[in-house]
Amino acid sequence: MTEAESVTNQGVTGKPSGGLDVARIREDFPILARDVYGKPLVYLDNAATSQKPRQVIEALVRYYESYNANIHRAVHCLGEEATAAYEEARAKVARFINAPSPECIVFTRNTTEAINLVAYTWGRANVGPDSGVLLTLLEHHSNIIPWQRVTAEKGASLRYIGITEQQTLDLDGLEKLMDSRTRLLAVTQVSNALGTINPVQKLTAEAHRNGTMVLVDGAQSVPHMPVDVQAMDCDFFAFSSHKMLGPTGVGVLYARPELLEEMEPFLGGGEMIKRVTQEDAIWNDVPWKFEAGTPNIADAIGLGVAIDYLSDLGMENVRAHEMEISEYALRRLRQMEEVMIYGPPDPADRGGVISFNYPDLHPHDIGTVLDRHGVAVRAGHHCAQPLMHHLDVSGTVRASFYVYNTLGEVDVLVDALGQAHAFFSNDTK
Amino acid sequence: MDDLYREVILDHYRNPRYRGSLPSPTTSHEGYNPLCGDDVTVELLVKGGIVEEVAFNGSGCSISQSSASMMTEAIRGKTVQEVESLFREFTAMMRGSDDIDFDSIGDLEALEGVRKFPVRVKCATLAWHTLQEALRRLDQGENQAASNERAIR
Ligand SMILES: Cc1ncc(COP(=O)(O)O)c(C=O)c1O
Repeated sequence: MTEAESVTNQGVTGKPSGGLDVARIREDFPILARDVYGKPLVYLDNAATSQKPRQVIEALVRYYESYNANIHRAVHCLGEEATAAYEEARAKVARFINAPSPECIVFTRNTTEAINLVAYTWGRANVGPDSGVLLTLLEHHSNIIPWQRVTAEKGASLRYIGITEQQTLDLDGLEKLMDSRTRLLAVTQVSNALGTINPVQKLTAEAHRNGTMVLVDGAQSVPHMPVDVQAMDCDFFAFSSHKMLGPTGVGVLYARPELLEEMEPFLGGGEMIKRVTQEDAIWNDVPWKFEAGTPNIADAIGLGVAIDYLSDLGMENVRAHEMEISEYALRRLRQMEEVMIYGPPDPADRGGVISFNYPDLHPHDIGTVLDRHGVAVRAGHHCAQPLMHHLDVSGTVRASFYVYNTLGEVDVLVDALGQAHAFFSNDTK
Repeated sequence: MDDLYREVILDHYRNPRYRGSLPSPTTSHEGYNPLCGDDVTVELLVKGGIVEEVAFNGSGCSISQSSASMMTEAIRGKTVQEVESLFREFTAMMRGSDDIDFDSIGDLEALEGVRKFPVRVKCATLAWHTLQEALRRLDQGENQAASNERAIR
């Protein structure tokens, strides 16, 4: 066993962290037992997608083995069971983010589709040549491209809130950027590229004083911290199941009920209608008006089980655990002389995401070396090219943590980084 | 690891050959890999069907930059025809073909190990595709010049 491996094991079997019993949690994730190139897997790419606990995987199997049926229109037993489970998942989602009712929860494919739904329905009806949309430099492409398309189509303006040297949103000139014509502020709660946590509650209050609606991208917040959409007071909120222990293929759009009522449907077809004649149709009630066609029944049910799993852990504990790991990782990385770390310095101001670079090493080279040590990180632009351009880098290396990560795994990362750096800078080898 | 980063590759990465630009290239092209942001510019001075001078510039990972450096060394002084056949051999090697004339490609063989890292193959071929585009422009330029001449006559 190498030194690094023994450290991992200490970390794995070590004391519970931030109120989480990490050793027990790890047993729920079959994938964590596998090797990568003969090394234990150290999975630090959780901001891209999380691993899935056995409970979620088993729920999918149970659905297909025992009550697979189409929902809402079957008169038989299986159909009733499937419908009940699907709608129960919706209710769990609503409770998890403290939405006022399950009817404000629309199931989509992912965050991206949820944002597109808003852009193409509400956005097209509400922005025009004398209005605009305000984004931030910290957005993921999925919260940029839909707004570029809609504002271009409608001749509306598109502006960005910039960032400070500490890589937090620069809110000094906000009054100038957000004026009476700004219809929507679309902002991420946590930056997937830098980890920055944005003050969304404060932003929402300011936007509403200005008569501006707010869409919050919760893809990186809902999996990692307690979220309350009513306290936040946002108008739209989007996130993805696959980043929060749930299956791929399901996303969530929350919207204030009156907004969903007035919005036109996104896609047309089955499920989203009440009555259809040769000429026209009457839309179904919300939220089904926005769920055309057979939805992703199994994976929505799986998301419900992931939510149960996270609720059992307690989102306060999840957040505390990630802060502890981030704090340790920041401390270790800061000890490495040449490493440049991005994002706010205080772990309290950031999610469990750490982006960094070596000045003269390309992120992909680092990522490839780390991979050979069993360490999975992200290397590249993290779907945030405008931000990378602003930082004047082609990309960064990003380590992102979750409930099953340990301090020992941070040691493996740091150790492997040291070796990567030595490998590329050793002129005499 | 050593399969990917062979000593020759690291040497070219640390001490790139013919990095810079030419005073008066006859053709050039800038290639870009949108996936990882690598970019490579290739400049050529072609006279009488021979690549007399070559230079590259750019930024990116060690594979893309060392491959560019190795390419400049491999093509300098060769005829355009020889360069084109080298392009075919090299890209065939990177696609996984074993039917390669290893004698003709020389040091470039060091990049063979990149095949085991599929996501990195594009890094290794970026300079070569950029080169090919630069040569295509040279052709077009000559045809253009020829047809201009015809038009004048
Ligand atoms: C902040 C943020 N927004 C949106 C997305 C897009 O999520 P999805 O690919 O699930 O639609 C991601 C995922 O990478 C993200 O991190």
